Amino acid sequence: MSDGSDATNADGARRVSDSSDDGPVLAADGRPLKQSLQRALRRQKLRALGLIAPLLIFILVTFIAPIADMLFRSVENQIVSDTLPQTVQTLADWDPDSGELPGQEVFRDFYFDLAVAAQRKKHTQLGTRLNYELTGVSSLFRRSGRRIDDIGEVYMDQFEDLNAAWGEEMTWARLMGSEDWLQEQEAWNADAAAADEADRDFDRPLPAFEFGADVRAELPRTAAVFDEFAHYMRTDNQESVMEDEPWEVAYAALYEDLMANPDAAAAFSGENATILSEAADAVPKFQAVDYKAAILETEEGWSDPQVWATIQTFSPDYTTGYFLNAVDLQMTPDGIQAQPRDQQIYVLLFKRTLFMSLMIMGSCVVLGYPIAYLLSNLPLRESNMLMILVLLPFWTSLLVRTSAWKVLLQQQGVINDLLVWLGLVADDSRLVMINNQFGTIVAMTHILLPFMILPLYSVMKTIPPSYVRAAKSLGATNWTAFWRVYFPQSVPGIGAGCILVFILSIGYYITPELVGGTTGTFISNRIAYHISSSLNWGLAAALGSILLAVVLLLYWVYDKIVGIDNVSLG
Amino acid sequence: MKIRTILLTTGAVLAAAPMAVAQDMADSMTIVSWGGAYQESQVKAYAEPYKKLHPEVEIVWDESSPEAVAKLRAQAEAGNITWDLVDVTAADAMRLCDEGLAMEVDHDEILAPAPDGTPASEDFGDMIVSDCFIPQIAYSITNAYRTDVEEWNGKEPQDICALFDTETFPGTRTLEKRPINNMEWALICDGVPYENVYDVLATEEGQDRAFAKLDTIKDQTIWWSSAAESIQYLADGEAVIGSSYNGRFFSAIVEQDQPLEMLWDTQVYDIDGWVIPDDLPEERLARVKDFLYFATDTQRLADQAKYISYGPARASSAPLVSTHAELGIEMAPHMPTNPANSKNAFVQNYTWWADYRDDLNAKFQAWLAQ
Repeated sequence: MSDGSDATNADGARRVSDSSDDGPVLAADGRPLKQSLQRALRRQKLRALGLIAPLLIFILVTFIAPIADMLFRSVENQIVSDTLPQTVQTLADWDPDSGELPGQEVFRDFYFDLAVAAQRKKHTQLGTRLNYELTGVSSLFRRSGRRIDDIGEVYMDQFEDLNAAWGEEMTWARLMGSEDWLQEQEAWNADAAAADEADRDFDRPLPAFEFGADVRAELPRTAAVFDEFAHYMRTDNQESVMEDEPWEVAYAALYEDLMANPDAAAAFSGENATILSEAADAVPKFQAVDYKAAILETEEGWSDPQVWATIQTFSPDYTTGYFLNAVDLQMTPDGIQAQPRDQQIYVLLFKRTLFMSLMIMGSCVVLGYPIAYLLSNLPLRESNMLMILVLLPFWTSLLVRTSAWKVLLQQQGVINDLLVWLGLVADDSRLVMINNQFGTIVAMTHILLPFMILPLYSVMKTIPPSYVRAAKSLGATNWTAFWRVYFPQSVPGIGAGCILVFILSIGYYITPELVGGTTGTFISNRIAYHISSSLNWGLAAALGSILLAVVLLLYWVYDKIVGIDNVSLG
Repeated sequence: MKIRTILLTTGAVLAAAPMAVAQDMADSMTIVSWGGAYQESQVKAYAEPYKKLHPEVEIVWDESSPEAVAKLRAQAEAGNITWDLVDVTAADAMRLCDEGLAMEVDHDEILAPAPDGTPASEDFGDMIVSDCFIPQIAYSITNAYRTDVEEWNGKEPQDICALFDTETFPGTRTLEKRPINNMEWALICDGVPYENVYDVLATEEGQDRAFAKLDTIKDQTIWWSSAAESIQYLADGEAVIGSSYNGRFFSAIVEQDQPLEMLWDTQVYDIDGWVIPDDLPEERLARVKDFLYFATDTQRLADQAKYISYGPARASSAPLVSTHAELGIEMAPHMPTNPANSKNAFVQNYTWWADYRDDLNAKFQAWLAQ
């Protein structure tokens, strides 16, 4: 503050003395005034930022970042293209409206993707993801994963029959790996063995696998599979590829590569060239696998074009699918459509959540206003007593209060017993007051009431009683004095209380779950279900994003109509 | 039997290199379970005897099993698995296995064989519903009714369809707020034979049929989401018939003397057991395996039944089930697997539900909300 005002003073002084100069106005230290002022302001801002930095960083790391990460899941859909990278590309050209299954290439690529995914245990995750869109895909993937290796075994056996060396892990390591890597890995193996011998700890990390010069170019499929294999061995088993022979699918990949590029051996030398050229000569006589037939044989579910259409529809990295589901629409191969009527629920729940939150907010105002008025106008002794009555439930556990309402409101509960005893209600037609909307509104109004009373009270406390007295002495009736003088001054408290109660209730979870029955549940109950039970975090994130957007929108509307400056927490 | 040989061998190794072996196993272990009487039975039957053998081990209990799947996924994504052993239902175990969050195990390798030498995988038999799942107890979702309902004129429900018979057995029902079991019961009471239930339920018409049957009791049903609620409704007289876990009913009827009676007909078997989180560090994994070998052997599983009326998952444990630890009553008649109770039992199809869960749950919730 002081820096800024000094500069301004200096500016005034110079302006008077140098009023005839045309150059930039200079501060006392000779710098242009504008610069100097900016510097001062920047320093001031930085200092202020430094003061709030701990809190800001804390909030960013523990609050904003996790929420942003969670909300991001509402559009994220990389799992399909990550798990089936090649299939997604070849499948793009297939026309789902043709009513026919995709062609051989799609099935071939799908075999390679699925076999690798099954080894890495990723296929079931994809199955779970796609099962949200099409019932039955989950077990289709799970069951296929178990039998997919049968296809590769056909080739594996033929390669090993041709030359037993194909069944040895070192053959593959030498064929695929670069010279440098081979030496490094051998050295590592030797050191590890020596350490083992001497009973020493050995924790040098494994050298990263590196492909030989032309391997990727000459044998692309095999390299792709082997890359996954090396990565898997390293991360999951902490072993090098010298410890195990590759997966069955690598043999199928090698077969495909050699069929496509019979001269691959020319790029290799020594033993590698010999064994490769021998294989290249032999593969045309191998028994070939019809991938389509083989996959259809593992699981007949793959013969449903619907499955392929679903994979195609959900192959992009980002999807609006979750958001569509969150508003009772769905993304189908034929475009966006409404969910079947018997599955539409979210729009209803959003509407209900808003309606009930407004009801709760309204009843809190109606009940809380007189109490806050009494609190701020009674003599200190009585008002303190009353304050304790307000705060006591506020300090009581939420679950206890919710359960207490159950005891009070249920059909065999206190209130019904009383009504029956008084003869107001017949024993066989006791009132249903809980496990429905009514029960939820009653219980939540009670729970949220302090959030209305406290801001109201702190605002009313500041309204001088003399205003009302003055109004009355000028001839106003009690009502006019209240309505024209007192009430307008308490509006900021109502505003604050309403925002608090409404925003708290819109995301309430535990009370509606316990006393909501079927008609009193909120959207938050579905969000909780998808987070903790169905594991459909994408849909939960989409529902949460919409809820957040609705709250922000209402806040904005409130600001436009009432003005956020008119909100006071005391 | 086997544990002793293991102890002897480890003893021999211990003598040779005491420090090396001690370092191989972590000294603390976090076990996740369901809390309440069930967790208590595990503490008494497994953890306390284990601590007697290994006093250096500290066992921390976490009551997070109801949210185990979500929390384990969150831990795995954060790259920080804090749990060592998790008690979950069979359906959750399958899901965890599918998600790659639970470790696949070779049952014969890590579990003790039966006393007569039968390998673990045969002793557990069909209970092993997933490669990651180590079964522990068989329980059932079944029904109970109040014995003091005047409107029933002395009649007592004999079979599951009493749930839907509002003429003979008027009053409020209480059922779980999810489609599993309710849909099956509805179809069975609509005349579908047991063996066809899932075939029928797989079709659109079958689902409509089940919902139509449930419609007949919809406005007389309170839907519970935690099993304790259901017992409370029945105990308060808020509901007159309804479903819960058989162990909960046991404690309400036998231990707390509530005027309730079990309706075992068409109880739906379910299994509960352990999963080991995937990618545990070696030392912790070694400790977990050591504990599991002990805690899932024939005698330990039979011991658990002293504290709670859930049937041991091993065939070889059944003859060893004895009396309640405090009340001294025979436990066998209260077990879901007892022949008198299980003659009309229904076996849930986990794989079917794994496929249809998402779809049917959406329909069920929409149906409830309408």
